[in-house]
Amino acid sequence: MADTPARTPLYDWHVAHGARMVDFAGWAMPVQYASIVEEHNATREAAGLTDISHMGRLRFEGPGAAVFLAETLTRRVADLGLGQIRYSLVTDEHGGILDDVLVGYYHNDYGQPFYVMVVNAGNREKIVGWIGAHLPPERAGRPRHEVVWSDLTPLWAMFAIQGPRSVELLQPLVDVDLAEMRYYKGAQVRLLHPAARRQGGIISRTGYTGEDGFELSIGADVAHDLWDVLIELGKPLGARATGIGCRDTLRLEAGMPLYGHELTEQINPFEAGLGFACHLVGYDFPGRDALLAIEKEPLGRTRIGLELTGRRAARQGATILVGDRPVGEVTSGTFSPTLQRPIAMGYVHPEASAPGTELVVDIRGRPHTARVVELPFYRRKKKGTKK
Amino acid sequence: MSPEELLYAKTHEWVHVETDAAGAKIATVGLSAFAMEALTDLVYLDLPPVGREVKAEEPFGEIESVKAVSDLYSPVDGEVVAANAAAADDLEHLADDPYDAGWLVKIKVTDESGLAKLLDHAAYRKQCEEEG
Repeated sequence: MADTPARTPLYDWHVAHGARMVDFAGWAMPVQYASIVEEHNATREAAGLTDISHMGRLRFEGPGAAVFLAETLTRRVADLGLGQIRYSLVTDEHGGILDDVLVGYYHNDYGQPFYVMVVNAGNREKIVGWIGAHLPPERAGRPRHEVVWSDLTPLWAMFAIQGPRSVELLQPLVDVDLAEMRYYKGAQVRLLHPAARRQGGIISRTGYTGEDGFELSIGADVAHDLWDVLIELGKPLGARATGIGCRDTLRLEAGMPLYGHELTEQINPFEAGLGFACHLVGYDFPGRDALLAIEKEPLGRTRIGLELTGRRAARQGATILVGDRPVGEVTSGTFSPTLQRPIAMGYVHPEASAPGTELVVDIRGRPHTARVVELPFYRRKKKGTKK
Repeated sequence: MSPEELLYAKTHEWVHVETDAAGAKIATVGLSAFAMEALTDLVYLDLPPVGREVKAEEPFGEIESVKAVSDLYSPVDGEVVAANAAAADDLEHLADDPYDAGWLVKIKVTDESGLAKLLDHAAYRKQCEEEG
């Protein structure tokens, strides 16, 4: 990690708007502008605009790109249709999780196909190294199987626009019908506002909040101007800038795992409840043989959701017990702004994982009652309209 | 109380010392406005029971926000003689009035030498500016 945190194209905007900046995965990021709870609620009720330019974005193209990605990721991506996005994992030879990623398949303005892999900021260097190790020049340059790839992260800003009013907010800026864009779909779009200076961008109906919403990648050079436009457009809708503090409380309510908490190299996909993201027949990828063996064995631990009584949050590292016998550990926890009670995720032995099971969490030396609940903690009310 | 007249610990607790009728030094302790603003979104406050012995620079309680939990450090050696139960029940207003209604505990000071280590308002403000 660099000594001086990297700055996104919106760094000056964040500071000028009173954000509390922290070093997050080597990036200076805004935790909050005023209150995490207010920003959280704005996202659930209207829309939140979050600078997520720290997210790593890697681009792959060339005739060998599809097969290379298929042989790198746990989940099939070679069959992705145009504008389709899929959640996948990168595992090491032992089946440990190196990262969780989104892979999208797009065409540029000239009809040329490419893939974009979105990786966690904290794992970007690791994944770039992993790709370099698995894509030596002799493979990348094999005739008719060429793979050309680049790390777009410093060149492209990324915004998350999340919440029930996201379509309304974003529609004036893009040349595609957002209401028609389905979940986990995306497109290379033209940006219609003069602030974008005729540039294009990539927009996808994806997110990390449990709300309807979009993620938008645009050139770093126009990011600041476009952000100003979005903030102004958002004001009458109740939208506002939101920091990464509420991004964490939102994703936790939505039961979404976070790398470094629910996902690590010591955790395998089946324990994490991510078996759906592993296609073990077909393409061979690092860790596939290990995962075939792991799949046959009973789980040693499994990811669960916990609701606690009182107001104290169980944080990462807190021991989970049955009576006084340790059965697992909390990986994330907070006081849920939406549910108004403490929630947590963690890993326990499968015998203690059934919803309704009464457990105890040791919070800083004191026992607190907790109950296993189904994930997610929060599910948005879907409108009757087609998605 | 006026923040200018208080003493401060490096860990952001403020202290106001009075002498009671029996001649004992009683330290009222709270958390500074700077700390309150840094915490935001408070959800929980844990204060010690009356009678608890506390030591300078050691935790006497905890304050928790949506984001994180922080220890509250005693600025002095002594014994807790009162805790502000109303503050724990009304965290939203704790941050609005940190120097009066937002006091946390009253401690009967057993060792006055610790008071010399505390910062005056100017020195504390300088520390806060450095912390940003």
